[in-house]
Amino acid sequence: MHKFANPARFLRISKLITPWCFVLTAVTLVIGLYWGLFIAPADYQMGDAYRIIFVHVPASYMSMFCYGFMAVASAVGIIWKHPLADQSARAAAPIGAVFTALALFTGSLWGKPMWGTYWIWDARLTSELVLLFLYFGYMAVWEAIEDSVKAARVAAIVALVGAVNIPIIKFSVDWWNTLHQPASLMKSGGASIHPDMLWPLLISILAFNLYFITVVLWRIQSLIIRRQIRGLRIRIAEEKDNG
Amino acid sequence: MSAQFWSIALRDIKISWQGGSTSAMVVAFFIIVVTLFPLGVGPEQNMLARIAVGIIWVAALLSCLLSLDRIFQADYEDGTLDQYTISPLSLELIVISKALAHWVTTSVPLIIITPFLGVLMNMDDRAFLPIIYAMTIGTPALSLIGTIGASLTVSLRRGGVLLSLLILPLYVPVLIFGVMAVDSMVMGTGGSAAFLFLGAFTLFSLAITPWASAAAVRLALD
Repeated sequence: MHKFANPARFLRISKLITPWCFVLTAVTLVIGLYWGLFIAPADYQMGDAYRIIFVHVPASYMSMFCYGFMAVASAVGIIWKHPLADQSARAAAPIGAVFTALALFTGSLWGKPMWGTYWIWDARLTSELVLLFLYFGYMAVWEAIEDSVKAARVAAIVALVGAVNIPIIKFSVDWWNTLHQPASLMKSGGASIHPDMLWPLLISILAFNLYFITVVLWRIQSLIIRRQIRGLRIRIAEEKDNG
Repeated sequence: MSAQFWSIALRDIKISWQGGSTSAMVVAFFIIVVTLFPLGVGPEQNMLARIAVGIIWVAALLSCLLSLDRIFQADYEDGTLDQYTISPLSLELIVISKALAHWVTTSVPLIIITPFLGVLMNMDDRAFLPIIYAMTIGTPALSLIGTIGASLTVSLRRGGVLLSLLILPLYVPVLIFGVMAVDSMVMGTGGSAAFLFLGAFTLFSLAITPWASAAAVRLALD
């Protein structure tokens, strides 16, 4: 791991990888979505409306995956004080927030034909909404603190406190909901899903993962370059002062 | 060691009573927030009775949030916090001591005033004792988690809004278990589970707060 922690080496390697990741993302996304939206059979209960799962499920999954990634990167950053880990966590946050928003948005679009309303205080919707707030809080910390080293530490604490609380929040919201409205409409699909629908779904999830890798690498690159530019500017200013 | 722990808590409590009591203002805020709800949703007695417990909890959450920035602000500005870091008592215990002082100065007055608000909100007779139990068990978690947020934002100029954004999502379990504990007691459907979860969450907050908050204080002083 330490070999890749050097920002310059990371930049070199990641610049080689990202074009390939981009191509793979595009290919898997096209396959997954085309298969899911056009080839996979319609659901006997939900008709064509169910097809939104090929976007909704990967997005919801990624919304949690991104937070996990962020928490691990934050832990690495706080323990070994690698700037690259801090930047990775920072880079992942907006992507996770967008996935969370996408999951909420597609979920509510799906909710309209299924439940007859765009929003329902379903346990999953509610905990996803709280997750979105956690992302906003984390991103706000980076914006609020100018000193980037300090911002990284504070943000890491926020991410880790959030990470240990997420299971509890999730559990409490589940419990709250099951007591308030016993028959949730969300049960029909369950774990049993036909292979014709499962495969495009898995490919979609893979595509979303590859998308995440591509964009996170891009964002880390740009964050590193931004830091370098800032460093150069400071050095230029100092030289002007001295000479 | 423990003498220092109590003296720090006592000092914070005394300070909060000087120059216009914080507790009085927090209680006033609590009452006003609760008062706004009947004005907003209408004075119908049955509806108020149904939403009373939830509203009192939400108002308690907000009142608690309002006074969080006081935990570290003054000490940070006059350098007392720097002194704390070199004191023989570990910073982890000092933040607990300050959280305790926050709980005594904000939550205890809220708990005392709650029965009166219950009357105003036409709360179910059977809910009065449970809500006091539930608030006694649950509000320490608000102070503890709030201490983390307060220490994270103490060195920021406009920390207040950020503090709410960071802390309110983490208050969700307290609100849910707090309301549910009272509701299940009122309906007679085995209230103990929610009470136990509320207590568990408070203990859990007690376990993570010292480390997170002390680390944040050290960062703020860097």
